[in-house]
Amino acid sequence: MVNAASTAKHRPSTGSGPVPPLSAKIVEPTVFDLSSPGRIGVTMPDPDVPETTLPPRELLRSDLPLPELAEVDVVRHYMHLSSFNYSVDSGFYPLGSCTMKYNPKINEDTCRLPGFLHTHPLQPIETVQGNLLLMYTLQEWLKEIGGYAAVTLQPAAGAHGEFTGVLMMRAYHKSRGDTKRVKMIIPDSAHGTNPASVGMMGLQVVQVPSDERGNVDLKALEAACDNTVVGMMLTNPNTLGLFDENIEKVIELVHGCGGLMYGDGANLNALLGIVRPGDLGFDVMHFNLHKTFSVPHGGGGPGVGPVGVAARLADFLPEPLVGMIEEGDDDTAPLYGFLKPAKSIGRMKAFHGHFGGGFVRAFTYIAMHGPDGLKDISQYAVLNANYLLARLRDTYRVPFDRICMHEFVAEGRFEGSDVRALDIAKRLIDYNFHPPTNYFPLIVHEALMIEPTETENKDTLDAFTDALIKIAEEAKTQPDLLHNAPSTTRFGRMDEVKAARELVLCCGLPEDYSNQ
Amino acid sequence: MSYIPISPKERDAMLETVGVKSLDDLFEAVPARHRFPMLNLPPALTEMEAMEELSGLAQANENVRSDLVSFLGAGMYNHYIPSVVDHILRRGEFYTAYTPYQPEISQGTLQAIFEYQSLMAALTGMEVCNASHYDGATATAEAVNLAYAQFRGKRRKVVVSPAVHPQYRAVIRTYIQGTDMELAGDNPNTDLDSQPDELATLIDENTSLLVVQYPDFFGRVYDYAKLIEAAHAKGALVCIVANPTALALFKTPGSLGADIVVGDGQPLGIPMWYGGPSVGFFTTRRSFVHKMAGRLVGETVDNRGQRSYVLTLTAREQHIKRERATSNICTNQGLIALGTAVYLSLLGKKGLRQVAELCYQKAHYAAQQLSQIDGMGLCFSEPFFHEFALCLNRPVAEVNAHLLDHGILGGYDLGQDYPALKDHMLIAVTEMNSKEDIDMLVNILSEVSHG
Repeated sequence: MVNAASTAKHRPSTGSGPVPPLSAKIVEPTVFDLSSPGRIGVTMPDPDVPETTLPPRELLRSDLPLPELAEVDVVRHYMHLSSFNYSVDSGFYPLGSCTMKYNPKINEDTCRLPGFLHTHPLQPIETVQGNLLLMYTLQEWLKEIGGYAAVTLQPAAGAHGEFTGVLMMRAYHKSRGDTKRVKMIIPDSAHGTNPASVGMMGLQVVQVPSDERGNVDLKALEAACDNTVVGMMLTNPNTLGLFDENIEKVIELVHGCGGLMYGDGANLNALLGIVRPGDLGFDVMHFNLHKTFSVPHGGGGPGVGPVGVAARLADFLPEPLVGMIEEGDDDTAPLYGFLKPAKSIGRMKAFHGHFGGGFVRAFTYIAMHGPDGLKDISQYAVLNANYLLARLRDTYRVPFDRICMHEFVAEGRFEGSDVRALDIAKRLIDYNFHPPTNYFPLIVHEALMIEPTETENKDTLDAFTDALIKIAEEAKTQPDLLHNAPSTTRFGRMDEVKAARELVLCCGLPEDYSNQ
Repeated sequence: MSYIPISPKERDAMLETVGVKSLDDLFEAVPARHRFPMLNLPPALTEMEAMEELSGLAQANENVRSDLVSFLGAGMYNHYIPSVVDHILRRGEFYTAYTPYQPEISQGTLQAIFEYQSLMAALTGMEVCNASHYDGATATAEAVNLAYAQFRGKRRKVVVSPAVHPQYRAVIRTYIQGTDMELAGDNPNTDLDSQPDELATLIDENTSLLVVQYPDFFGRVYDYAKLIEAAHAKGALVCIVANPTALALFKTPGSLGADIVVGDGQPLGIPMWYGGPSVGFFTTRRSFVHKMAGRLVGETVDNRGQRSYVLTLTAREQHIKRERATSNICTNQGLIALGTAVYLSLLGKKGLRQVAELCYQKAHYAAQQLSQIDGMGLCFSEPFFHEFALCLNRPVAEVNAHLLDHGILGGYDLGQDYPALKDHMLIAVTEMNSKEDIDMLVNILSEVSHG
């Protein structure tokens, strides 16, 4: 890698920030470090219109402190950076709760078709009937897959979908004059976004525990259900990877006290063609198109979080929805356009949602699977998880051990050893696997949450379990191998305390830049 | 088409290890009466058929590169995207990775986000930038949340200029519904000619935040320094919603005194994609960093003494704070933020300024030509960047239908949001519009005006 021996020459761009140590070795300089005055990355054409004078100087900025690089500098820089990443394209990524499945390559081509790429969200609907038909169809398909009366595609991510759903639940109660409902029931195994979505709206969280089989504790739930409850947010299968064995009773209790049932669709990859959450009685659910329907995770986003609702909530959906506004006949195609639900909670973001990067890829994926292919996805996702569980349960303690769905949670600790889940995770990197999610869910000590997805073959799963079994052995015989892991990678463990204490959040051009 | 890489023989061996006879046996916890529904979906397509189907849908649109000449902006802009940007975004190492929870094998994503944060801070003239929000509108709503949290809920008023993008204002209203916050100034019937300094009269000791846009929704560029001073005098914070291309030319919001600068990064190398995904940037001062939502990348060293990057200050976030977090956001727009970083690195100091000047020059040429048409005129006289409001002598919808017949995507109908601006069109001009395009627009509008 370039400049491996050089040292940091950059400074934080802000005068107030602490200066990083000059001794840190640089593996890859930043774009600011690489800048050299006078280099050109792109040449724009000269103006073809008569010149107008620029606005008065007092409105203009005097300097634009951006780097100056040639095209080849930029390409090599980002290629170097790309080589530091582990990705689904390079290997097994069993990050529990994230559904890191293989992302089909055709999606990358369909979402870049010029008709999708270069259309403006405010174009007249007559000029974007292809986009609108795609959105309308995707709404219909998600309704069918989830068992819902209506779907909004607008929310930008799962957490955004949760916020949308909870806003609708509250608006529903309010529209009935039922204003005393201020509590949301959330199990102790829930994702942090659930309570955060509720907290954002000033509602109270009532936490209910899990029982010894990993189900919602029915007694505690019964005690929590009263006429101040907005509803319950539940991930099913839950974050232990377990399908709640009493799901119908849970929903009956919540509905019984007048509450609504929110389904966190994070784990929908276990349920395609297996069961429709809407049929079970979940009144609202968000879909994660970036998990279940192969929209790539993009290094942290963008996500896509459509929300499905039962009929009684359809009027509260965010605007706009896509609808058929003129039915076609033998001679003319139907006309698709936008609709505003009667009691809409409003708009969740600008424009119509993550169309190109989200809807087009998910549409392509669903179209290529059909009903049987979708069921295969979930069946094999569940088979792969159970296969790993079967091969690992003698080595790693599994606190809630029964047939799991698409993922399961093991404990990353051994009696008489100071090895922790974190060490096991880091050691897996040395075996060229991405670690599972660790320290979540909070109800399992030293949790290792493993989700293989359906797109891994038996050889990979065998190699992964062999590595984990070997690591358990190493934990006894050579624990330092784990404590010091990873050792085979370009980078070692990071000093996270230093990052939080010094808070160097930006860099800028070198201080002597203007003199060069 | 299936992407499952398991043969029937392997499947049977795995079922045996698990101890069940068939795949269906794995689902006994699911209530039998709802198990295995028949999904009414079309049968599966092969890759070849899917490509044909999707191409058909894409071709059913008229796009602004090969079918239409566009003068439509209003929050999303048609700019040139250099080839390099998409070549980098197509690297599987970037787009098939997830949130960098394991920094040892995620330095590519982490350093790229750190550079994005640095580039956006430099562009806005602010001290810190987070790893991004969903879009400009939600970033603006998060600024409202930050200000509310900063005053611990004691200041409940948010003053929003009516010249902030109507959809951004709508998103703020959605986000704060049911809370004790109230909006002031968010009134499309106000006199839009009035100077923004008049917003100062709405700011009091109960105001947590003032939100203005730069250039505003009508393209106008104001020096907000005095207004910001007035807001600060009442103890309120100020958020500027900025167009990032304009910031290559105009004074930074940071130098005007803004506390928070947000906006949509789409103009920086991201396709319009029928509205998304784009990226919402969020920059602020160091003193607000602990109240800021969203992910944040910080610099550190690894145990080999190498400069490296990690997600930092995670204790602010939902997975730790749960119901006490100020926001539930847990993703960022990672890949799109990377795209803007590549774009800014490539255009750099000179290129971005050139793009901004081209937009400025072409928009001013267009405005000058259009304002000479009888019966039409510019609505405002303030300096503007690449967008301006044109007053027509007939309904915008009618004019746009006529333009569309000639292959031109006309401007945004301002009467939809502002009753006083009935028959006013918001026209955007970028480097993508040639003089020939502009002259064609002028000619057709001239015919319309006289026709």
